[in-house]
Amino acid sequence: MPTLELRDVVGGYGDTQILHGVSITVDAGEIVVVIGPNGAGKSTAIKAVFGLLNLTGGQVLLDGEDITNTPPEKVARKGVCYVPQTANIFPSLSVEENLEMGAFVREDDFTPRLHEIYDLFPPLKERRRQAAGTLSGGQRQMVAMGKALMLEPRILLLDEPTAGLSPKFRGEIFSIVKTVHAAGTPILMVEQNAKQALKIADRGYVLVDGRNKFTGTGRELLEDRQIAAMFLGGPTNGAKDKAGDGAA
Amino acid sequence: MIDFIGDLVNFYLIPGLVLGSIYALGAIGLTMTFGILRFANFAHGETMTLGAYFAWTLVQLTGWHPIAVLPIAMGLTVLVVLGIDRGFYKPFRASPTIMLVIASFGMMLMVRSVVQFIWGVQMKAMVPGIQMPVVLFDWLRISPKHMMIIASVLVLMFAVHYLLTYTKIGKAMRAMSDSPELARLTGINTEAVIRATWIIGAALAAAAGVLLAVDTHVETMMGFKLLLPVFAATILGGIGRPYGAVAGGLVIGMAEELSSYPWIGTEPLLNPGYKAGVAFAIMVAMLIWRPSGLFRGKVY
Repeated sequence: MPTLELRDVVGGYGDTQILHGVSITVDAGEIVVVIGPNGAGKSTAIKAVFGLLNLTGGQVLLDGEDITNTPPEKVARKGVCYVPQTANIFPSLSVEENLEMGAFVREDDFTPRLHEIYDLFPPLKERRRQAAGTLSGGQRQMVAMGKALMLEPRILLLDEPTAGLSPKFRGEIFSIVKTVHAAGTPILMVEQNAKQALKIADRGYVLVDGRNKFTGTGRELLEDRQIAAMFLGGPTNGAKDKAGDGAA
Repeated sequence: MIDFIGDLVNFYLIPGLVLGSIYALGAIGLTMTFGILRFANFAHGETMTLGAYFAWTLVQLTGWHPIAVLPIAMGLTVLVVLGIDRGFYKPFRASPTIMLVIASFGMMLMVRSVVQFIWGVQMKAMVPGIQMPVVLFDWLRISPKHMMIIASVLVLMFAVHYLLTYTKIGKAMRAMSDSPELARLTGINTEAVIRATWIIGAALAAAAGVLLAVDTHVETMMGFKLLLPVFAATILGGIGRPYGAVAGGLVIGMAEELSSYPWIGTEPLLNPGYKAGVAFAIMVAMLIWRPSGLFRGKVY
């Protein structure tokens, strides 16, 4: 059974329909990346999981349980954590307070988890008393992800974690995503930097106009000529003609 | 020289400090409801009035000192405010801000009318008689009631500071004041945070009303008169910033008192009748030149 499944999801904000039937599956232990042009509904698809828009069709299943149109605070309580693209930290709270807020719904002692997060993101430990709003872009993303991970989520949803970051930080964020994934959390990630994202992805989805366009493993999508031309800024290294060498 | 300093301290600085700390108590609640519920609560002044009347009634019933009945008056005010939230503000939770502002304006008029209906419009004395000031070092004159007011404010402020810094709900209040949307996505129980905000805001407002009544008297317009300086303190400190509200309250209180000191010649610099204008002038100046306030609050 997949950890998370969007089944022919249809919906949008108010009367504006953005998703016209999107299906995405994330299995246990996977990193799944959603790419596509601007306005394709990538971020909207993630928000659909989190009960942030009105779904008029289809289903969202978490480990088989129907969570379609469940309000965000309840989805969070079920162990789905969502890191929005912007405004994803509490700027006037200290780093440690941000992490504590991430654990708000936990009733047990979360101190061990706090130390695990600091081990995962050592720069945060040094700055744990500092107001999170004063950190650099990359460190803010660490706080945002650390905060989400405090719940030991069943799945982590990331909305364009590298948006607006310099290439140096981008690489840092992708390696953080890999680290988080290696620690056992499945990840569903929307990304603009498609090439880098697909490199760390187990599987990828290409959305166009609120519909699934292509689906494949990260490698398949990277090597597909058509996708390369459309979304990856020309053929990538090692991209092959599909009709050619099939033994890759 | 000592006369000069003595006058300044005894008749301007200490009253300014007393007034300022009362404003600060009111402003903490106003800034928190502003930051967390996203609306300017015009009924906040009436919450202060209500607290003063509850305390007055309790004093009449028990014969105790107003400070002794203060916790009970605070508790009663909190119950009323929680009831008002449930009945009048909760249905508007998802509505545009302006509807809540208007609702609170209506609530202000309703609460005031109810107070006038129950207790009458006559002025009442909280503490009868005149108190002799205590003289220290031959020149410092401070009345016992002023010492009591400042001590009570200090205790309440330390309690709020502890709550906001060390408790889970206090941190969640600051988080929600930063970003209500993210608080919701994080799974923070926003209704619990809203309830805590009303409880603290109402308790402090009631205390402000009682302490002002101890300093002056009880009347039905007292809260409304406090509303302007308290709004000024909130904006000066930065909306959503409780520590800013404390600083703002003290500055406004001091500025109001010091504005009538005879800085030039022997006449008051500003006729004491214009005290309220000082708060208003500071508020307008802040809104024009630094709308985020001293502590970088929110700008709407």
